[in-house]
Amino acid sequence: MGLFILRRLGVMILTALCLTFVVFFLTNLGPNLEKLAKTQGNARMTDAEVVQWLDNRGYSRPLLVRYGEWLGVAPGWTRVAPDGTETGRCVDPGSTIAESPTFCGVFQGDLGYSTVSADEVSNVVGGRLALTGWLMLLAFSVMVPAALIVGIMAGMREGSRLDRSLSTFSIASTATPEYVSGVIFIILFASSTSGLSPWLAANGWIDGRTLFLGSARSAMTDITFWNFTLPVITIALYGMGYIARMTRASMAEVMTAQYIRTARLKGVSFRNIVLKHALRNALIAPFTVIMLQIPWLLTGVVIVETLFNYNGFGWTLVEAAGNNDIEMLLTCSVVAVFVVLLTQLISDIGYVYLNPRIRIS
Amino acid sequence: MEPLNWTGSLGTFLNPLMLWAVYAFIAAFLANMAMSIIGMRQADPIVNPDHTISYKLGPVDYALLVMKYAVFVFLGAIAVHIVAGILQPSHEARGIIGGLGARFLPVWIALIASFVLSIRFKRRLGLYGKLFDNLIGMIGFGLAMFWLFTAIFAPMIATHGAIDQVASMRNAVPGSAVAGGDEGLFAYYLLGGDNLGRDVFSRMIFGAREVLTIAPAATLFAFMVGITLGLPAGYMGGRFDTLITFVANLVLAFPVILLFYLLVTPEIVEAGVPVYMAAVLFILPVIFLWVLLYSRYRSQPHIIKWVAIPITLLLLLLYLGTVFRFDPFVWLATSFIGYLNQGNPVSEWMMTTRDSYEPLIGIPIDGNLLIVFVSVVFVNSPTVFRIVRGLVLDIKTRDYVAAAQTRGEGPWYIMLWEILPNARGPLIVDFCLRIGYTTILLGTLGFFGLGVDPESANWGSTINEGRALLRLYPHPPLPPALALMTLVLGLNLLADGLREESLKD
Repeated sequence: MGLFILRRLGVMILTALCLTFVVFFLTNLGPNLEKLAKTQGNARMTDAEVVQWLDNRGYSRPLLVRYGEWLGVAPGWTRVAPDGTETGRCVDPGSTIAESPTFCGVFQGDLGYSTVSADEVSNVVGGRLALTGWLMLLAFSVMVPAALIVGIMAGMREGSRLDRSLSTFSIASTATPEYVSGVIFIILFASSTSGLSPWLAANGWIDGRTLFLGSARSAMTDITFWNFTLPVITIALYGMGYIARMTRASMAEVMTAQYIRTARLKGVSFRNIVLKHALRNALIAPFTVIMLQIPWLLTGVVIVETLFNYNGFGWTLVEAAGNNDIEMLLTCSVVAVFVVLLTQLISDIGYVYLNPRIRIS
Repeated sequence: MEPLNWTGSLGTFLNPLMLWAVYAFIAAFLANMAMSIIGMRQADPIVNPDHTISYKLGPVDYALLVMKYAVFVFLGAIAVHIVAGILQPSHEARGIIGGLGARFLPVWIALIASFVLSIRFKRRLGLYGKLFDNLIGMIGFGLAMFWLFTAIFAPMIATHGAIDQVASMRNAVPGSAVAGGDEGLFAYYLLGGDNLGRDVFSRMIFGAREVLTIAPAATLFAFMVGITLGLPAGYMGGRFDTLITFVANLVLAFPVILLFYLLVTPEIVEAGVPVYMAAVLFILPVIFLWVLLYSRYRSQPHIIKWVAIPITLLLLLLYLGTVFRFDPFVWLATSFIGYLNQGNPVSEWMMTTRDSYEPLIGIPIDGNLLIVFVSVVFVNSPTVFRIVRGLVLDIKTRDYVAAAQTRGEGPWYIMLWEILPNARGPLIVDFCLRIGYTTILLGTLGFFGLGVDPESANWGSTINEGRALLRLYPHPPLPPALALMTLVLGLNLLADGLREESLKD
């Protein structure tokens, strides 16, 4: 088990290095740097000025060296301008090279400077991640129980009418991406001219003009049922179908097992068979699926945060990518990649831990 | 002119009918749920003394019957609207639903024809024919084919051009009469106008064409790439397998949206990345086809000479022309003429025109579309690779593979002509699912405005455009949203039906 985790960790670190290098490479391609120079400096810079601008800021050195600097394994660049001012990767404005550390990269905990937010990345990204964390947490706490209940009810009597209707429901939910369901939900529940809200308001059944709020901007400071239901439901709905289908398949398989038949023949009630005998074994496979669902939800989070104006991690990613905010984008990708790899690791370990057949061998 | 109402002249008696059907359905559904919760069940069959089976229907059964007939009544009413829409001459009498039904006439004809033919010959059509024994599969097939035929007949169905603007029709409600446009235009905006005064209905129809050309093609390429890499990885194993699996996991660990945001930008196109990626991804199908033909007809040189080589060369030319905009014939001819006229102005003219010369064979794809296509293929192929690899690992232990090995067949013959045909069932099912997933991905790209032309009728970008004024004018983004949903739903149901039928074998 220890060796297994060590090997997984090794692969994970290798993967993270490869992926961050790819992101580094893509964000540091020539045209991207030129765009950065023009947005940060002056939009009407000549080509020579662009080269000069990039030179002064250490962008013109070999890619691998700069990747090393960003990681914190290569010493940061320094430069003494003709007028004697000292600048460098690790040199704060106003201080000298001698006062500054030699290395400053991810390993030293320095994530760099966000050109869009005009602030240190580490100051910005924490709050944004916390906002997305709330969204994910609530979405998960709706999605997982609902999906498991739907899956188990569908799988306990395979082929029954209940199974048919619930399976169709799960298929429909996987066929409705967030940008479709989000739009439909806003029209149905959060528009004062269409959907249910005008009717409910006319009857005096709701206080405000709409049943839910179509923008989650106010949820950044204060989460309420009114402003946060739609984003949460939108994320939960799309992810739910897949987990429900996996749970159904797993449940249906368990229900055909010999020990379930034995239990039935002994006269155990159907209710007890499902709850005591089948359920625990049927939940092993969905556990893996649920963990692997987390990275998959990331796309959904980006869509929902854009759709509902919620300035979390996904929104930050969109902003950073749109403005080629290189260090912010790299931090976002590091976070995203680590979330993906960590969930993979947890799902592997969890699978081994939950499944006694693998654990013992 | 007055705007159209939804249901036209038949509405006066069909509307209450539909409303009652909906009420009856809801009431029966709630009653059924309540009865299920308190433990009432459907009637069990009773075996009579004469060995016939009969049922003594209880309240649960009646609730179910009511639900069933309510659905029939509702669908029947819709069908009557559509038929009446086709038969009635005036737009006012048709209403919006009837008008839409009439516009879709070519699609209805094609759908009915394909269903009648398929059901008539279903016993001779293998897995495809078996689909018509399965209600879910048939519904899925119907939905998917509906959009496919819509894409094919788009110019006949659409009432206006996808980018034609009529200034007075900005945000017009569904059924508005076109005012202030040119003469000879279709008189109504059936589903209203968007914020630029374009017809929402026509944009949805042309959007179907855009979505349904890219999505299946990208899926097909992803499958070619996944199969070409997955077969040897699963069959041979070893270092190659380890390497490719690592790379596939690498791509899978990349959050899709981040990859799209990094790849699908004008700067990346400028840097030439899509061409490099296309160069790698598009050569794999050519290799695949060559190996496929060569391994099968190795011992028949005339087939190799007259079929395999010409096909592969043609594909290679297509590949060069599409990816590199390079035509070897033009290149050779200009070089030769340039050589003959050394020092002559003609040769310089030749050299400069050669680079701007459009290749004779080659699909003209502009950089933005290419990067969208390549990214979607790139995101999908690792999953296909994993599926193929898993299938190969399972199938390679079978007896017929051992028999082929004993016969002395080469590894590629076994992979392509023994293993691949036997893996087709799960692959076809996944292909249907993956077209749906690709459609969603393309919609995501459109939703974020990545790599699409702002005028594009693509469903994702239309939804995104309608988002700004969503709370005031809900009608522009709704049709493309429902279109995307029904297409993907149809493909998923189709895959489900196919899976069920192929498992029955």
